Amino acid sequence: MTNLDTPPPRPVATRTVRRALSWRHATLADTIAETDTARTLIFDIPDWDGHIAGQHLDVRLTAPDDYQATRSYSLSSGPSEQPQITVERVTDGEVSPYLVDMIEPGDAIEIRGPIGGYFVWEPIRGNPLLIGGGSGIAPLRSIWRAETGTRAIVLYSAQTAERILFGDELAAGTEVDARIHLTRATHPDYESGRIGADDLQRVIESAPPDVTYVCGPTAFVEGIASYLVNLNIDPRTILTERFG
Amino acid sequence: MAADRAFQGRPRQVDDRVPPGQYITDDFPVLTAGPTVDISASEWELTVTDGLTSKTYNWAALNALEMTELTTDIHCVTHWTKLNTTWEGVAITTLFDDAGIGDFDFALVSSYGDYTTNLPTIDLTEHDAMIAVRFDGAEIEAEHGGPARLLVPHLYMWKSAKWVREIQLSDQEDQGFWEAAGYHNYGDPWSEQRYYSD
Repeated sequence: MTNLDTPPPRPVATRTVRRALSWRHATLADTIAETDTARTLIFDIPDWDGHIAGQHLDVRLTAPDDYQATRSYSLSSGPSEQPQITVERVTDGEVSPYLVDMIEPGDAIEIRGPIGGYFVWEPIRGNPLLIGGGSGIAPLRSIWRAETGTRAIVLYSAQTAERILFGDELAAGTEVDARIHLTRATHPDYESGRIGADDLQRVIESAPPDVTYVCGPTAFVEGIASYLVNLNIDPRTILTERFG
Repeated sequence: MAADRAFQGRPRQVDDRVPPGQYITDDFPVLTAGPTVDISASEWELTVTDGLTSKTYNWAALNALEMTELTTDIHCVTHWTKLNTTWEGVAITTLFDDAGIGDFDFALVSSYGDYTTNLPTIDLTEHDAMIAVRFDGAEIEAEHGGPARLLVPHLYMWKSAKWVREIQLSDQEDQGFWEAAGYHNYGDPWSEQRYYSD
């Protein structure tokens, strides 16, 4: 069924000594309005000692009656940058509207992390191909900011030009070679329509990846991952993160 | 900590079936480390082994065993809980009795696609664990682990390995995929055992 002579991307040992993952008080240091529906939150976190590209934070909010809601958000910062998450407001969401519209710099917030040893990039993993749908681009930014040694190729599917996250950075192209697809609009700077098997084939033939990261809504990830498998990419080198 | 300014949250779900830190969803989100595995019922096999005694079941052999039905709640470590899901399959006790394997403390479960997870054998035999072949009255879709998945509803769902291929019992404990990647070794939702230090 699969090519069995490539070792699977086993979870990496993230730290020789693991710290207890306890809840900590962070302070919101700054925000960046990425789009009308998404905001980047930059935190001051006491004793933060960096993270591995692709890891996430858990965020916990507490209401006046002590009710709590917890969600996980990918870090969008590079390993040596100040920690940040990039949050897309979910319609009828419980936590994301607070993070996108209400919390202000100077406010405290409970977090724990960094967390995760699977959807992560370290130099041992080799040359990455990054494929994101919607806000699934957030952990991929963490990877292209991780000094991968090459300009990482990024395939990014967004609904409209106004919904593109990190657009200036992707356009500048110093760290990434980005091909952006718009699924619900046309724009002279971008491809129209979904990322297809032929788009993936061209990228894979021009720069065969050692490992491919796919993050986005479930239907997007299912579609892309199945194209990749059909293009004979070893499934064990395809790392996925689905949401929604 | 003190309340977050202006955070109210959803209307409270006063429901003693929702573990701490979880919220109810009516959807069935997909969480898989990697692509969905495409394995047909005709190719699928399950091996149950203790290292000495082993038995391999194909689709017909599994379906020839006594089937059980279970309505239960399921809890994913990514914070969603889905209530009243209905499953049909073969209880693990039925499977182990049929295979005639010995009594060992630890189980390592493997999937097609190389996923693994570990749990104490007692969590397979003294709870509601089964090899599930139907979900809500229909065949299990591939993205949810069909044709056959393990179901261990009292632990976080990463223990309920999709596309189950082998259950190996042993007196030694080996860590599975997420367990080695920083998640909790046991994964009890009611104690919020999400990560290794919880």
